[in-house]
Amino acid sequence: MVEIAVLIKQVPDTSAKIDVRDGIVDLSSVKWITSPYDEFAIEAALQHKESVGGTVTAITLGPESSEKSLKDAKAIGVDNLVRIWNDGWSYMDSNAVQSALSQAVSNIGATVVYCGKSAADTGAGSTGPGVAQRLGWPSLSNIVGIKYESESLEVTQPGPNGQSIIGVNLPALISCDKGMNEPRRANVRGIMMAKKATIEVLADIHSNSTISMVGHSSPPEKPPGKKFEGAENVPDVVKLLRDEANII
Amino acid sequence: MNTVVIAEMKGNELAMVSSELVSAANKLGGNPTMIVYGTDPSNAASRASMIDGIAKVIALHDECFESYDSSSWSKSLSAVCPDGHVICAASQRGKEVAARIAAIRQTSVVQDVVKIDSNVVTHPIYAGKALESLSLNDASVVTIRPNSFEESGDGNSADVSTINQSSDVSIAVKDMIAKASERLDVSEANIIISGGRGMGSPDNFSHLDNVASILGAAVGASRAAVDTWEQIPHSMQIGQTGKTVTPNLYIAVGISGAIQHLAGMRTSKYIVAINKDPDAPIFKHADYGIVSTWEEALPSLQSELSNLLN
Repeated sequence: MVEIAVLIKQVPDTSAKIDVRDGIVDLSSVKWITSPYDEFAIEAALQHKESVGGTVTAITLGPESSEKSLKDAKAIGVDNLVRIWNDGWSYMDSNAVQSALSQAVSNIGATVVYCGKSAADTGAGSTGPGVAQRLGWPSLSNIVGIKYESESLEVTQPGPNGQSIIGVNLPALISCDKGMNEPRRANVRGIMMAKKATIEVLADIHSNSTISMVGHSSPPEKPPGKKFEGAENVPDVVKLLRDEANII
Repeated sequence: MNTVVIAEMKGNELAMVSSELVSAANKLGGNPTMIVYGTDPSNAASRASMIDGIAKVIALHDECFESYDSSSWSKSLSAVCPDGHVICAASQRGKEVAARIAAIRQTSVVQDVVKIDSNVVTHPIYAGKALESLSLNDASVVTIRPNSFEESGDGNSADVSTINQSSDVSIAVKDMIAKASERLDVSEANIIISGGRGMGSPDNFSHLDNVASILGAAVGASRAAVDTWEQIPHSMQIGQTGKTVTPNLYIAVGISGAIQHLAGMRTSKYIVAINKDPDAPIFKHADYGIVSTWEEALPSLQSELSNLLN
């Protein structure tokens, strides 16, 4: 029996337009989803449980609205749900986020943690290795294939020269990339069960930020480029790439 | 506050981007120490000592650098890393090592920084749809996105000190599967040519390959292409749920320019778009747009480039 944890994050839909108003991003009208790479992490956790037996706990850090992501995970087979939040929190730096998440993982007594390779909002990819470091565990990132054993894992990791097959003993943290598995969909029974699911809320977690948010801005707009009608202009564009842009 | 630059290494050699890290370090604080590391980084150490703006070089010898294990690499580097802000390259490994070093120091990491103004650092969020500025109120770790800061000159002769260590490795590489194709990885390429669903079929990507081989470019794809055709692997996907790239030249062929895709390539230095739809959103972001089918434009592009470069 393995205690398995999966870290998930609710983020704005990746097709959402992000507006900056008064120096701050306006997320009031975006649709929120579970970060896409986290879907592979949830599936990996469920397959781990199905291969060797165990319990899967999904952990998120976020306000009450993020419970939707936890319930979606419940609907496809996650056993327990944990949400970390304290209404006194505002901007949290990586130190605050990772120390809260690693405390929650320790509370559960998990010996393996799955997460997405990065969250679609920050794209940082800090949480996986950072949480692993705080737990004193090895971690393997951007994993595209996995074999489950009772005390160890064998994972496939792409690198500059090809793919490596890497063995690691538990405890370990695995950050998951697209291609690792095919996330399952919820059925009606799962969705009904998830509605009634209880979520444990951890509010009494110590967290401290040494970075503060100054503000947001829109990326600088490029000046309009040159547009040509028809393939007969290709030679002109090639000439511009050489003489104007100096890049070929 | 002092700054420490952890060099970006290619094996035992210093990667070019390391010199940009030094410029960033001098904006953030002063007197940067650069750590070069490997199983034998002595060559890299003498290269590093020439970079202008470095106060000191630490050459860290450790057998753990033979193969990549983020845990042992971070432990080894952290043991020799002086106090102050730490700067790494925002490469896949650099970001991971940075996150771990921050955790070891019980501090925070900011990834993909593109601008530094004393202790305020700016990095893209929502895959570049917005920028976020953060104030570092204590020693922190930051990673620097390549092509964001100037390269430093190389007229220096900083002192080099050598440290020998031996760190444990926590993972075991059991097997290597060499790359099936000789295709260049999009995350390492200076020029990328990408195809979208407008290419009509995955077989037509061979026309992109032809242009790519002349330019020494990597071939990428939009999410629509990757989702539609299983022959186009996710490793080629550029966009918010694929790779974020900042090449010198990005050529988008048959890609309409969905916001998801733009997020992954909009900060490329120059963008060329080839699309038959004159209203495709990609044209708003292109330096040079050609309204044409790929069937007409690519053969011409191939022969022009071939005349110019071969």
